Amino acid sequence: MIESIFLINGLGDIVMEKHWASAIPRSICDYFFDVQKSASRPEDVPPVIPVPHNYLINLLRNNLFFVAVISSEVPPLFVIEFLQRVVHIIEEYFGECKESIIKEQHVVVYELLDEMLDNGYPLATESNILKELIKPPNLFRTITNTVTGKSNVSSILPSGQLSNVPWRRADVKYANNEAYFDVVEEVDAIIDKMGGTVMAEIHGYIDCCIRLSGNPDLTLSFINPRLCDDVSFHPCVRFKKWEAERVLSFVPPDGNFTLMSYHVASNNIVAIPIYVKHNIIFREGTGGKMDLTVGPRTTMGKTVENVVLEITMPKSVLNCTLTVTQGRASFDSVTRVLLWDIGKIDPTKLPGCKGSIALQSGATIPSSNPVINVRFCVNQLAASGLKVNRLDMYGERYKPFKGVKYITKAGQFQVRLTIVGTTTVTAAAATFDCDYDRLGLIASATTCD
Amino acid sequence: MANQGVMTSLRDENHSTPDTEFASEATIGNFFSTDYKRNDDLKQMLDSNKDGLKLEAMKRIITMIAKGRDPSHLFPAVVKNVVSKNIEVKKLVYVYLVRYAEEQQDLALLSISTFQRALKDPNQLIRASALRVLSSIRVPVIAPIVMLAIKESAADMSPYVRKTAAHSIPKLYSLDPEQKDELVAVIEKLLMDKATLVIGSAVMAFEQVCPERTDLIHKNYRKLCNLIVDVEEWGQVLILNMLTRYARTQFVDPNTKQPVPEKEFYEEEEEDEATDEPTRPRSLDADHRLLLRNAKPLLQSRNSAVVMAVAQLYYHLAPKNEVGTVARPLLRLVRSQREIQSVVLTTIASMSVKRKDMFEPHFKSFFIHTVDPLPVKLMKLDILTNLAGESNISLLLREFQVYIASQDSKFVAATIQAIGRCASNIKEVTSTCLAGLVALLSNKDEAIVAESVVVIKNLLQSQSADQEAIITKMIKLIDHVIVPVARASILWLIGEYCDKVAKYGPDVLRQMAKSFTNEEDLVKLQIVNLAAKLFVTNPKQTTLLCQYVLNLAKYDISYDIRDRARLIRNILFPSENIKAIKNPKKIFLAPKPAPILESKYKDRDTFQLGSLSHFLNIRANGYRDLPDFPEVAPDSTVRNVEPPSRPTSVNAERVSVSYAQEEKSKRKPTFYSSSSEEEEVDGEESKSETSETVTESDSEMSELQSEPDQDLDKKSISIQEKTAGKTADSTEDSDSSESETSSESEEDEIRPKAAQGTTSPPSAQTTKSNLDLLLDFDGAVPDIPTPIITPTIGGFLTPIVPTVTTSSSLMSNSVDSIVMSSPAYVANNPKELISRTAGNGIQVGIRFTRSPHLYSSTMASIELHFTNTTAEDLGEIKVANKVLPVGMTICDFPVVSSLPHGQTRTALIGIDFGDSTQAAVFDISIGDRILKLSIKPPIGEIIRAVSMSETYFLSQQVKLRGMQESTAVATLPPSVVDGHAICRRVYEVANVSPIPSSDPLVFRFGGQTLSSKTLVLITLKTEAPKVTVIVNCEKIIIGQMLANQVKEALDKH
Repeated sequence: MIESIFLINGLGDIVMEKHWASAIPRSICDYFFDVQKSASRPEDVPPVIPVPHNYLINLLRNNLFFVAVISSEVPPLFVIEFLQRVVHIIEEYFGECKESIIKEQHVVVYELLDEMLDNGYPLATESNILKELIKPPNLFRTITNTVTGKSNVSSILPSGQLSNVPWRRADVKYANNEAYFDVVEEVDAIIDKMGGTVMAEIHGYIDCCIRLSGNPDLTLSFINPRLCDDVSFHPCVRFKKWEAERVLSFVPPDGNFTLMSYHVASNNIVAIPIYVKHNIIFREGTGGKMDLTVGPRTTMGKTVENVVLEITMPKSVLNCTLTVTQGRASFDSVTRVLLWDIGKIDPTKLPGCKGSIALQSGATIPSSNPVINVRFCVNQLAASGLKVNRLDMYGERYKPFKGVKYITKAGQFQVRLTIVGTTTVTAAAATFDCDYDRLGLIASATTCD
Repeated sequence: MANQGVMTSLRDENHSTPDTEFASEATIGNFFSTDYKRNDDLKQMLDSNKDGLKLEAMKRIITMIAKGRDPSHLFPAVVKNVVSKNIEVKKLVYVYLVRYAEEQQDLALLSISTFQRALKDPNQLIRASALRVLSSIRVPVIAPIVMLAIKESAADMSPYVRKTAAHSIPKLYSLDPEQKDELVAVIEKLLMDKATLVIGSAVMAFEQVCPERTDLIHKNYRKLCNLIVDVEEWGQVLILNMLTRYARTQFVDPNTKQPVPEKEFYEEEEEDEATDEPTRPRSLDADHRLLLRNAKPLLQSRNSAVVMAVAQLYYHLAPKNEVGTVARPLLRLVRSQREIQSVVLTTIASMSVKRKDMFEPHFKSFFIHTVDPLPVKLMKLDILTNLAGESNISLLLREFQVYIASQDSKFVAATIQAIGRCASNIKEVTSTCLAGLVALLSNKDEAIVAESVVVIKNLLQSQSADQEAIITKMIKLIDHVIVPVARASILWLIGEYCDKVAKYGPDVLRQMAKSFTNEEDLVKLQIVNLAAKLFVTNPKQTTLLCQYVLNLAKYDISYDIRDRARLIRNILFPSENIKAIKNPKKIFLAPKPAPILESKYKDRDTFQLGSLSHFLNIRANGYRDLPDFPEVAPDSTVRNVEPPSRPTSVNAERVSVSYAQEEKSKRKPTFYSSSSEEEEVDGEESKSETSETVTESDSEMSELQSEPDQDLDKKSISIQEKTAGKTADSTEDSDSSESETSSESEEDEIRPKAAQGTTSPPSAQTTKSNLDLLLDFDGAVPDIPTPIITPTIGGFLTPIVPTVTTSSSLMSNSVDSIVMSSPAYVANNPKELISRTAGNGIQVGIRFTRSPHLYSSTMASIELHFTNTTAEDLGEIKVANKVLPVGMTICDFPVVSSLPHGQTRTALIGIDFGDSTQAAVFDISIGDRILKLSIKPPIGEIIRAVSMSETYFLSQQVKLRGMQESTAVATLPPSVVDGHAICRRVYEVANVSPIPSSDPLVFRFGGQTLSSKTLVLITLKTEAPKVTVIVNCEKIIIGQMLANQVKEALDKH
């Protein structure tokens, strides 16, 4: 099981260490540093690193590595999922999980880790239980504690630990009883250069913020529950009820949590809310021209907001000079990233971007094709068409305030581009409708005959 | 420079600690002086009597530990504070202690007694955390103490404490592996536990200590399957992994009976699921099915580790046509963070090699996004290639074509290899792919060309058409290609197909001979090979060239090349004394098998999927192989369980739910094993899998608080089952009785020693071992409420759970069917024994803990609470003189050193009342005052809870008729309606435990008097507001008194 945990920042410093079995010398992290240095990006560090006698399983969040030291066989996901839970708990306690906060709150983090693992095996990972055991520090509590001499650590076992709803705190009381549901859907898509959809999937989740007194029992029903066929639930959801009646019946945890997440697979037809028209032409020697236009597609009349386009240009591109009709565009000549922050799209006046591309002197026309990564967000729209029907509450007398919000966002949404070189035969353009007997791998016609 | 920067940044963030702390690291001399100064201040803070200061100091120390600085020199000052009243200070001290105890063992021992005391605390959190710390202190001397603590806590009434006990087992095991046998016994007990909180941890302990003992699982298998949904998620992962291995040893392979050849299988997949039906293997074992059915809902877990555990369970255990259910949940995980993604993709890659049909419909989900990290891209590529088939190849190739235009050359190279694999696997597209790859030969990127050459070389071997043209094209490339592997590949091709490109061969060789010295070794070897092959086929043109090349090779630096050259020279140009080889062509141009291009994940599934070993493709430490299915299933009756005793908890709904499920699980075996017809029905059922699972498990899962009629139904079935299960049980009964007797004899040996140990007052003078240090400390800490564990030889070996040794003749024939159980209810608050006024300012409270006293099992342990409300501090509390009636004994509590005013001290006294309710009268001196205490036990407190089977209960009741039966009729107040409330009232007056009853209107309870171990049986028959109380007991007086007490309790409004 987990023997030790080290927190390592992007620079390769150990921010914190905690051991459960015998202390493991810090030098074990040297192996990790070696890998960290050899990786071109922090994301390329493999999640499991075997070192002599041990295995290092790491998780990267906010440029901070959580490295767990393992000495024997254990499912890697078990450890990764646990580390993720640690990050989640730290976020719940301090709002954010970053280096400076952890350094400030060493003691609380230490106490938390101590409660979360016993001998390397998870003990209490439910945030509601932990919050009762170790109260999150805040200014008010610090003051009262200094006056009354009380501490942030509870001396009684949280009721949740033994109850059959361990996620719920006991004796919750609110003046305003509210239940908010955010249906968030992320669209993952690959759009080819002709505007066709290569693949599209929707990953949705329902985030809740529930502040209800007592022990409410909620039932959430959908108008079209069949849409989400692959779901995962917070442990509070009664699975059998979902199987039988397709409603979500649950006693909610107190506060913020993710109630369910679902996946609408690529086999279904997914409405794509945005399109990008693009045209990039290079001329040998002189450079090239580009022309981009963005517009809404299937949005059910809702506005597409926070639109950002990001293109990583090929290596030979030196600079881009751009003029845009809306928003701001910039080109970073080091990373070669072209960023166009558009904002809201007005369907009557579509935003456009025109400009010229300068190539390095003597460079040939780039052969690799860049992609546009698109970010956007549409409020009041669920791309899958999922709709909440009603929310009923049992078990309590009062009438809660209820609210549902829908948001569609871009997940990994990319549009493929083609670069057209004017002096070469455009073999690439023709290969698109490739069929069985023709695999036109991109090649220029100038071969060495 | 960088270091400097870090240090300053550190400094900025730590205003609370003096700057010197960081600056000091620069010069060592400076370090010591400042360090000393800083510690001085910490020491003072720790020694002060203000909690605030102590807390501040502890926080600073913990920060030091967290940063990896070593504050171990503060050990003595810190450990002192282990007795602190402030819970946060205490907690931080625990953290410190666990970290450094190993290094300072002698000092660490000083703290042990505090934990021992805390183990008896009424607060379960304190008991649990004491056990946690005690077991985490890695000091070998205390192993026996920890063992005792674990044993005791494993029988605790709080499931949380039992869970902690399970966690402590592996800790003790790693500290002292010799305790294994005893630990296994504890694990066995914990595995029997019904609380879902405990099970996961019990399985964890099982996996770490004795994973080979599958025999411990048999009896618990069905329970584990049924409760797994309610276990916490971490436990679920371990249980699923463990059950996968277990099932592999117990059930036969579900796919063997009608083995379906793989190819046929894929073809059918194209059509429809329905056509798959006839090839379905025979019906599964009922227990096998139970596991699969109960694991399935967990695919919806939010925890990826759980989903993965179910997926691997299905992959390794389920019939082929059911494995597909795990595909979509796995796909969902692919979308998670990169860490989870790579683990899941590795698993999918492994699965897709053999079970392509599972993921084929979803292959678009593996299309590659530019933002994916490189390892993820490569894995997705491998999966896509595994999934390639006739139906999707065109789409796939179009996609690959896009990838080739990517900016990342490693990824492009991998893509080319993937195309090569597709081409060799799918005959229909081989030529298309080959054409495409050839087109790539004219790419500008060197790496791409090289990769294509290598792939084409492999492909050409398996492809006969068009070789000439392609090779010709490649020959033309030889001047442009620089990458050695590619050059070598081209040369090899020319040599291999020299008859087809006879025109070019000699010319290429000529050019190569020119540049021979500048080539890489790899290429040189191929030049030598080419020369030999050309000489064999076309000696006319190439003899000279060949000799020239061989001469060049002869003087090469690399011995590999020299050796090769020598070999070839001797074959081709044999000198006189060597016999010439007749047909060198057969040697050099023998037909060679085409290389098989396959996934690198091909044979990974020898490891259990989702395991660390599988991910790394290395056998990890402690990895246990997944056993193969047995040819013939072992006896399945080992999993039959005898009817459970009613769970002891009074109020917890949770338990009642699990109990109901338990009953369900009990039902299963009889249901299946009773008639063979029904078994067939089951087989049918499993075919209509999905719908059946829904309804079946639905009834299982539905909240079971209500539904009395269903309950009835279950109970009648459980009776049936009992008779059926009897035969199987008998063997096991004898088994357990054996172990029982052996433990008895052990105790008999120990007892005299124990008596010695505790009667002689613990003295530290005799020896000075580490253990005695503890004793010293015992005396030094004034407020120890318990006499507990004086760790002299016998001390911690005193029986905690005494077994029935002196049984009445009544039960001698089947002693083993009475099992000690923990009390169903324990009063938390003391009752007043002497009021403040009567005691002249000293208040005495009394509480019956209902736990066996350590000194003797015949004693009731009684907690005395002394509160001083006078204005002055009082001296030590001790038992002064006692005049006891015959048959009564008292075990004094150790002297409590002082009773300051306003404070409360507790002490634990053990009294053997000799099965009478006569008062124990004795004096207690507090300072210079004398208090006369008279403790008259309620009748219910001289009884101990025992449980037994219902049949045993009834058979004993029959023997206790007539005079020995006392009855009373009570009228229930309207507020008491359900069984829970009635039971609760009974538990409040008497320490008895529930006996399962087949009639919902009859409640049965079992107990045993403390001294003589006489059986006490209580039966309640309810009829609307009236309740008939029947008490059967050999001791008539006790029976009558108890009947009246229970009646009064039930009457009470």
